[in-house]
Amino acid sequence: MISEKIFEKLKILAESARYDVSCASSGTQRSNKPGSTGNASAWGICHSFTEDGRCISLMKVMLSNNCVYDCAYCINRRSNDHPRATFTPAEISDLTIGFYRRNYIEGLFLSSGVIRNPDYTTEQMITAVKDLRVRHRYNGYIHMKVIPGCGQELIMEAGKWADRLSVNMEIPTENNLRYLAPEKNYESILKPIRMITEKIQENKEDRRKFKKVEKFAPAGQSTQLIIGATGDNDRTILSLAGKLYTQRKLKRVYYSGFIPVNDYDKRLPVLNSPPLQREHRLYQADWLLRFYGFNVDEIVNDRYPDLDLSLDPKVTYAFRNPGLFPVDINKADYYMLLRVPGIGTRSADLIVTSRRHNHLNTEHLRKMGVVMKRAQYFITCRELGALKSIQELKPEFVKQLLLTGQKPSDAIQLPLFQLPDMINPVIR
Amino acid sequence: MTVLSYDNSFDGFLTLVFESYRLKILPDAIVGTGNNQAFLFSEQLFIDAEEEKADRVWRKIIEKTSKDNADRIYRVFMSEVPDAPMMIFEFIRLMNQKQYNIETDYTLPPVMAINRLHRKVAREADRIRMFTRFQKTAENSYFASFSPQYNVLPLIIHHFSDRFADQEWIIYDLKRNFGFYSDKKETVRISFSDLPVNPVNGQLYDSYHDPDEKQFQKLWRKYYDSITIEQRKNYKLHRQMLPKRFWRYLTEKNT
Repeated sequence: MISEKIFEKLKILAESARYDVSCASSGTQRSNKPGSTGNASAWGICHSFTEDGRCISLMKVMLSNNCVYDCAYCINRRSNDHPRATFTPAEISDLTIGFYRRNYIEGLFLSSGVIRNPDYTTEQMITAVKDLRVRHRYNGYIHMKVIPGCGQELIMEAGKWADRLSVNMEIPTENNLRYLAPEKNYESILKPIRMITEKIQENKEDRRKFKKVEKFAPAGQSTQLIIGATGDNDRTILSLAGKLYTQRKLKRVYYSGFIPVNDYDKRLPVLNSPPLQREHRLYQADWLLRFYGFNVDEIVNDRYPDLDLSLDPKVTYAFRNPGLFPVDINKADYYMLLRVPGIGTRSADLIVTSRRHNHLNTEHLRKMGVVMKRAQYFITCRELGALKSIQELKPEFVKQLLLTGQKPSDAIQLPLFQLPDMINPVIR
Repeated sequence: MTVLSYDNSFDGFLTLVFESYRLKILPDAIVGTGNNQAFLFSEQLFIDAEEEKADRVWRKIIEKTSKDNADRIYRVFMSEVPDAPMMIFEFIRLMNQKQYNIETDYTLPPVMAINRLHRKVAREADRIRMFTRFQKTAENSYFASFSPQYNVLPLIIHHFSDRFADQEWIIYDLKRNFGFYSDKKETVRISFSDLPVNPVNGQLYDSYHDPDEKQFQKLWRKYYDSITIEQRKNYKLHRQMLPKRFWRYLTEKNT
């Protein structure tokens, strides 16, 4: 029999964990081992979707939402009068296995507020994860948070049991972090990130040399940045993300639009709604960094420190660099194709493989999933000449077309249709 | 109008392709048995499945294109879409005409058509991996049922055999009335005439459930409700990601 207490704890500790947006279960491919439950799929599997449209892949809970810190942006800050609960490690592993065996989830995401001190908290989390692996012989996915300030040997231990480790940066710059979370320090967050990167690298090399080395965090590490709680611009955020990808080899940087959970705190901005559009544009820019071969400077720079909220960053890039277009679909290299608004990685793949055999026309492109509404101004192919291109029509004109769906001149022509005195009598 | 028909099996279909070449018949339509009402007045030729002939066509597809492509064609066939057999037939015809491997030439309509239908089938298979929900039974085994749009259960059953290797389970396609049973050692195809299941939501009748099962379902719903962020609600996106046709079998969408 499951006790009422478990229901209550699950509610409190899921509500506390929901602001952490990471839910990926990707990055590890692992088959079942005889006598165990579970496997892990390299691409990750979502199991449900919340009413806000986000994927539920992992059971995302906190071990405890008690916290010794008092960070301004956090729902679980010490000074909040807020229901508190703490799971025992066994309760977490029992819940996880119960959900996993019913195929509700792809695995466990375990985070926690800081109980007593970082070391104690991390030890409790490791106990839960280990219990799941050993007692329940669980072979599925585990994502575990690293609590900044915990001992190095605890991070080593965590990486043995978990697939992915993450340290949340939350606030992108040192000054703002000091302002909103005076008890934390920037270096204590960067240190474990650096250490995990080095350890993963070392582990990869060891595994190449020796057969019997255990894996360390095989699904890598990720982090999260809160967007809009501070005045940091998109350039600051994306430069940081770019460095985390290239220098620290992070698998993912998540952006979490700030939700004002502590609106009494005067250090925080007043927002009517979370900055979801900005968050969306940042994810698009992030995609361009990771899969489209863009540099941060090409997306945001001194002149344009923030993303354009009305147009996606690839379209914005095209308008800033009209000289690169139109692109010849039948000749341009793969990375240039990827820079065309309306062409994604899938359609670029199809174009490159197909044009070896045949010349491509617009009908082919449409079938391949190219969004011609956008792409038409930036490409040439067999019968589509340069007539409609951005060069002939001028960037400002095309921008207007894309933003409003109509030609700029339509706005001037509009009065023609506003002659109700003449038309209405006929209709009556 | 020439209509070729077969027994609805993949081998039957491949044999049909073989015979159409041997007899030099170019069909205007290909239909499985039971789907031929539309052709009452046409000449119809039924082709019996023969494994050896089917194998030769299968090997030919692999030889002229690739194993990946042959598998793709099999998955497209499993869509059970009425157009699929003719689509594949056109592909094979073109494959034999051209001197190069046509599988990557998306300018050819049959290649593109197969690619598109394949994406739909693959998507449905993914969703079964995602949305299958087991109920624990009183006998300590697990049961899941639903009605997939395409016949994808056989395509992904290995995923469940691997993942849930240490539990006894049944996954059942209510629409096509068959499923798979795993006894922890091997997975076999099964069919029941009297499943103790409520067809509306795929739930076993209460007496077959483990005593804790209802509680676990409630726990999962509690979790599901708690994880949503009120300020971010977006029903359009929600329904796009989680189409309504799956809701009735989903624990979290039923009370």
